[in-house]
Amino acid sequence: MHSGVEFQVQEGEILGLFGTSGTGKSLILRSIIGLETPDAGEIIFEGKNILGLNERELIPVRKKIGYVFQNGALFDSLTVEENLSYPLQEHTSLSPPEILDKVNDLLEKLDLKGLNDLLPNALSGGMQKRVGLARVLILGPKIILFDEPTAGLDPSNTKRLINIIKNLKKTGMTGIFVTHDIPSAYAITDRIAILHEGKIRALDTTEKIQNSQDTFVQKFTKNSA
Amino acid sequence: MKKNFFYQLSKNDAHPITAIFHFTGGFSVLCCQALREMTQPPFYWKLIIREIYFIGIQSIFLVCITALATGCVMALQFGYGLEKFGGTLYVPKIVSLVILREMGPVFTSLLIAGRIGSGIASEVGSMQITQQIDAMRALGTSPIKKIVIPKLIASMVSFPLLTLIADYVSLVGAMVICNNELGINHEYFIAKTIETLRIYDLTTSMAKTVVFAFFISLTACWKGLNTEGGTQAIGNSTTWVVVTSSIFIMISDFFLTKLFILTVYPPP
Repeated sequence: MHSGVEFQVQEGEILGLFGTSGTGKSLILRSIIGLETPDAGEIIFEGKNILGLNERELIPVRKKIGYVFQNGALFDSLTVEENLSYPLQEHTSLSPPEILDKVNDLLEKLDLKGLNDLLPNALSGGMQKRVGLARVLILGPKIILFDEPTAGLDPSNTKRLINIIKNLKKTGMTGIFVTHDIPSAYAITDRIAILHEGKIRALDTTEKIQNSQDTFVQKFTKNSA
Repeated sequence: MKKNFFYQLSKNDAHPITAIFHFTGGFSVLCCQALREMTQPPFYWKLIIREIYFIGIQSIFLVCITALATGCVMALQFGYGLEKFGGTLYVPKIVSLVILREMGPVFTSLLIAGRIGSGIASEVGSMQITQQIDAMRALGTSPIKKIVIPKLIASMVSFPLLTLIADYVSLVGAMVICNNELGINHEYFIAKTIETLRIYDLTTSMAKTVVFAFFISLTACWKGLNTEGGTQAIGNSTTWVVVTSSIFIMISDFFLTKLFILTVYPPP
């Protein structure tokens, strides 16, 4: 599907990844975190090629790279609190009260206070996405991969989520933001890559992409906006 | 992605031959992964206990009802069948042997395959479709450890115990029918049952169910983990697991019985 896709993400930077449906944007994110295995190439994280690592070797990598799924992918048999506790129970030696404190802190930061005991199906789409983000944030990853986080959200929830990501950016978060939502991407990304027919067709700063005179880039950003 | 010739061949479920390759290959890989990860920490004891509750404890009522009915029916059938030849007194011997060696393990496993196989396939399948399995992996945890191994161990513990209960209840049912319908009193029934049965009848019966449990739980997990599509796909996976498990139980029962005749049961 891809051939010659190459890009770097610097620490503290958010890279936007655009492309029409079916160009494999999510596939790139899934490959980065090891959910898919490309036939060839390299994925360098902290100076080490992580392509080809087995599931056990990928665990330390996955603790440092968070993946925010398009639909939240919350565990539907667990409550909000249990969903958020899950990574801490698996990867830390924190006591249950310490875990609860961390969970409550994060829920408060993401405007989800008091939802501890609800199951995911009792939450709205926007809430589910924020819980999904909270579950990723709770381990304090170095990089966050956002897979269409604003898809299916109403303008108010989109704005709320974008503000949360903006605040995270201020704390020095590194991320890759896959989206069709160009205005949201303009608001938070530092650079943008446009994927077309399996290749990166354009890669530049957000400002330069916005003001690009390239007809393909103009056509793409205007059609998608 | 990894899409070489063998991958394409194995993914083509449309043809029965390639579907068999797909299943045997996938099942073997999952089996190896499960056995390898079973020995590595962390160990999720709480999940295993929870699964034993769902698979074992919650099946007891169902198993008891069907075992009771089976025992009663067998006693009736053998009783009226043997009466023509004056062989009513052989009913306790025959019924107890048939129950312990065949009906107990096979009926119980078929029942549990329907209940548990379909439950596992639909649970894991819906988790796969809604990306919960991916989320589990992305959060640095192993779905094999969190889902497959607890269900596998719980099944292998629960099936023999359920069979033991089913054997007991069936014998009680047969005993009651013998007493009420065939004029064979309890003391005679118990004496003949104890005289007939040997410990290997019980152990081989339980060994069979361990094999069935291993196959049913792993097959259901494999199918669930390979479910693709929507809600219809979950339904298809569920049906497939129940049918495949039932066929496996019937066929493997023959080979296991033959194996036990050759190795465990004394010559006639």
